[in-house]
Amino acid sequence: MKLPFLPNHDDPSFFDFLIQHHPALTPTGRSGFLQAQAAAEPIRGAGSISVPQATTVLAIKYQQGVVIAGDRRATEGFQIAERRIEKVFKIDEYSAMAIAGAAGPCIEMAKLFQVELEHYEKLEGVQLSCEGKANKLGQMVKANLPMVFQGLVVMPLYVGYDLKRAEGRIFKYDLAGGRYEESDYHAIGSGGKDARNTMREHFLKGLAEPDALKLALLALYNAADDDVGTGGPDLVRGIYPTAKIVNANGITDVSDQQIRDIYDGVIATRRSREN
Amino acid sequence: MPMPYYVSPEQMMQDKAEYARKGIAKGRSIIAIEYVNGILLVAENPSASLYKISEIYDNIAFAGAGKYSEFENLRKAGIRHADLKGFAYSREDVTARSLANGYSQSLGTIFSQELKPLEVEILVVQVGHNGQANEMYRISFDGSIIDERTFAVIGGKSEAVQALLKEKGLTQSPELRDALALCITALEQIGNQKLSLESLEVAVLDRTRDGRRFRRLSSADTRQLLAT
Repeated sequence: MKLPFLPNHDDPSFFDFLIQHHPALTPTGRSGFLQAQAAAEPIRGAGSISVPQATTVLAIKYQQGVVIAGDRRATEGFQIAERRIEKVFKIDEYSAMAIAGAAGPCIEMAKLFQVELEHYEKLEGVQLSCEGKANKLGQMVKANLPMVFQGLVVMPLYVGYDLKRAEGRIFKYDLAGGRYEESDYHAIGSGGKDARNTMREHFLKGLAEPDALKLALLALYNAADDDVGTGGPDLVRGIYPTAKIVNANGITDVSDQQIRDIYDGVIATRRSREN
Repeated sequence: MPMPYYVSPEQMMQDKAEYARKGIAKGRSIIAIEYVNGILLVAENPSASLYKISEIYDNIAFAGAGKYSEFENLRKAGIRHADLKGFAYSREDVTARSLANGYSQSLGTIFSQELKPLEVEILVVQVGHNGQANEMYRISFDGSIIDERTFAVIGGKSEAVQALLKEKGLTQSPELRDALALCITALEQIGNQKLSLESLEVAVLDRTRDGRRFRRLSSADTRQLLAT
């Protein structure tokens, strides 16, 4: 029966609940319909608004799980919009998501996805499976398609620890919501290709955790070297990329100190080459 | 044309209330009690998967007595209410008071307007942190809402359990172990039977935890706790 004064909905999805009852709170906003129409006549609105863009993020599988990392820069054209933006988000106990694209909508999607999973868990009494979570995110990316035609691209990279299979998993997406699983590593964003090149050279199956973390940070360093959109370690301000580790024990942040130590090593090696 | 029988509004309300009360009294009691680090919830529940106690939000838990399908519906609506508010505003803006008010409005309207009232009694509790006090709201089938202190009991012979707990004259919050032992004794005494730990559903809102403070205690957890 319907309950007066309380939100009624038949589905355990928070996202569907918002779409049906509170469309103004969804990423497409109240005018989602109009934007869908605009999508039918593309190009006109494309790239017309300038918003901060979040750039390079990556994930690497290692023996016990996955490392996920991202730089800290957001750009707006040739300007730096933000030096300390966080692009790697804890989604729940066993998964994390990193984003590239329009910073605002990206952060909003991460927040919505967090609530989505927690909502499901509370209503149903069990967590979604790793696969289920990845599929749900695909649906959310697909729902964002009208915004893509407005130039507001959201590109997630999703990692989770699959408790049933006892392994870390990496999922990438395309703009239409297509979901693809990566077996070893992946990077997206403006410096994604540069990061992938580094990882391709150094990746091995069954890396140890410190090696995987070091490779992730090295890939980001190289991406920052070649791509203007990607921020490297900022030694003056003390801003470093962020990383999280997802494994059977849950998700943990890699401490700033640990990341700084690794970069000190990388920079020392590079400097020695110059002499 | 035959005239419908006239029933005075007073009589109708009385009948509905009696009907709802009967339904609620059939079940077993659920106790919420403050302990040093939060709030403990204990329910007699032979099922290990159909819960009477559950998490609503970071600091808020829900317990329902009476008809399962009806309080389950209320529980889900409560989670939607909380998640929506937390998403639209911020996580700290989700309060038990606002949720309890929503429940009260809803139950009150159904009681007066629908033919059949909901046969439920529910508890909404919120653990206070950073020096804030705990909040416990007991909401009845007719929407009446009571702000409880120290402990609250719903369902079954709730008044008897309440009287028993009152007798203990708790002056300060007990340790978790003592609070749990107290609840079990009270339920056993009123039910006049020994309870196995497997037939109890136990959960806490623990203010020492970060983020989501709700945690279920399995029978293994409670056994270990009581053994210390």
